[in-house]
Amino acid sequence: MNYFITLTLNGLASGAAYAALALSLVIIYQATRLVNFAQPALALLSVYTAYTVTQLTGSYWLGFAAALTTGLLVGAFVERVIVRPIARTSQLNAIIVTLGLLLVVQGAVGMIWGNEQHGFRYAFSYVGRFSPADVFSLVAVGVVALLLFGLYRFTPLGLRMRAAAFHPEAARLSGVKVGLMLTAGWGIASLIGALAGMLAGPPFISPNVFDVVFVFGITAAVVGGLDNPFGAVIGGLLIGLGMSYVSGFVGPELATLTALAIVVIVLSVRPDGILSRPTARKV
Amino acid sequence: MNAQTLPGAAGNGASPDAEPILAVENLSASYGAVRALDNVSLAVPAQGLCAVLGANGAGKTTLLRTLTGLHRASSGRVLLEGEDITRLPTEKVITRGLAHVPEGGGVIVELTVEENLRLGGLWRSDRRSSTTFDEVMDLFPPLVERRTKTASTLSGGERQMLAIGRALMGRPRVLLLDEPSLGLAPLVTKQIFTLLRDLRDRIGLTVVLVEQNAAGALSVTEHGYVLNQGSVAAEGPSDGLLADDRTRHAYLGF
Ligand SMILES: Nc1ncnc2c1ncn2[C@@H]1O[C@H](COP(=O)(O)OP(=O)(O)OP(=O)(O)O)[C@@H](O)[C@H]1O
Ligand SMILES: [Mg+2]
Repeated sequence: MNYFITLTLNGLASGAAYAALALSLVIIYQATRLVNFAQPALALLSVYTAYTVTQLTGSYWLGFAAALTTGLLVGAFVERVIVRPIARTSQLNAIIVTLGLLLVVQGAVGMIWGNEQHGFRYAFSYVGRFSPADVFSLVAVGVVALLLFGLYRFTPLGLRMRAAAFHPEAARLSGVKVGLMLTAGWGIASLIGALAGMLAGPPFISPNVFDVVFVFGITAAVVGGLDNPFGAVIGGLLIGLGMSYVSGFVGPELATLTALAIVVIVLSVRPDGILSRPTARKV
Repeated sequence: MNAQTLPGAAGNGASPDAEPILAVENLSASYGAVRALDNVSLAVPAQGLCAVLGANGAGKTTLLRTLTGLHRASSGRVLLEGEDITRLPTEKVITRGLAHVPEGGGVIVELTVEENLRLGGLWRSDRRSSTTFDEVMDLFPPLVERRTKTASTLSGGERQMLAIGRALMGRPRVLLLDEPSLGLAPLVTKQIFTLLRDLRDRIGLTVVLVEQNAAGALSVTEHGYVLNQGSVAAEGPSDGLLADDRTRHAYLGF
């Protein structure tokens, strides 16, 4: 029983990072119908920035703040300068460009910081079966999800962003600057992606550190329905839990397969994801 | 209609009402090689009720979309209260006081009724915004009880009310409506037309009403334009158009 609780807590903690990454994908998908394959690259830039800042200042939290800021700014920049002009020609081109961006950024990070692993510390101690670092992961993602919910649901900016995502033309006819809302959405999404990176990065970072995490993040997003932020969070936690149980009770070598199994099972029962509302989209 | 009666002539002692609040001068627009609007000119007086009629594909929707910048004009000008708004982006046009209820209403079904309405007034930063909300709610009793429901639960008539309500939240000077009667029962259509007239009388709104329902639209408006293949084929006082058999048979089909 004790063991089960340990596995549950560990699963939730690693699931928190997948949930954050899934959230960052869903925010962008919701607004632009585009899967942002560059998300791990933006997280990578953010985390390496944090690494450098922490090295220079000795402060983890300055590095943390730098990571989130980098995510916000680079996400906004990528939308405005790279993705938007291309999305105007075709949506598919834009998706391919995000994929290309991933490779370019990974290469550039390797050139700047080197391809070898760097030690990267946790926010808090990671010793213990439900360590302070684990608690921090869960709390941080929980707080971000709540803030995001509050932003979307209760603020004028959130209302504008939702309107721009659901019905750009109607938003424009209500005086909303739709382009600006897209940029804001990418910025916020990439900030959350940077948080995911800060949680999933330690103890070592390298240019490919997020490849596997990204697979789980995208899996979580699909499980959650791709355009449902709540679904993304639940999907992330579900995958974290599933992998933790399977590797604890069956064996770690099957953990990755678990993620695949969860997708197959969820999508065969609910093709549009756990929480999707397929009817609302038709109109 | 010709250019001489448009602004420029207004300066010499004429009453302020002589200058149209919305003037369209030789406006043209295309979709690729298809010319959907060809040298269209209109003049809508302040607080006027104006109908734009025409068969399917005549260019009515394109006209409204070009007025609010959703579609690019290839030539010509749009003047709102004498100011050139032809090249302004849509979100700027709206803040100048020109509101547009698009074909089908453009209600955002994922948002609640209240959110749809609030959205329409967000760009106004003034304190009166909440008064406007209550005023709009008063106009449409069916929306009050559905305030917290998503707009997807509304009937066609209620959606059209919500769409008009959202446009009114921005306190526009001029309201463009694209076939508000589409798919509505005659009684509901009549209510909406009556409401437009009331709004003009009470708050001085200027209305441009695009309709297939020519008889209904002409009976509520004062002036009408008939579009045919992107050009103005006929225009005049609404009762005149209604009585003119030739125009009715040729373009209005009744
Ligand atoms: N997006 C588009 N791409 C290409 N051609 C278009 C497009 N929209 C409209 N058209 C063409 O432009 C012309 C005018 O269309 P428009 O929609 O303005 O007509 P309408 O008067 O509003 O018709 P309806 O009464 O059916 O709504 C038509 O010939 C139409 O086929
Ligand atoms: Mg039309």
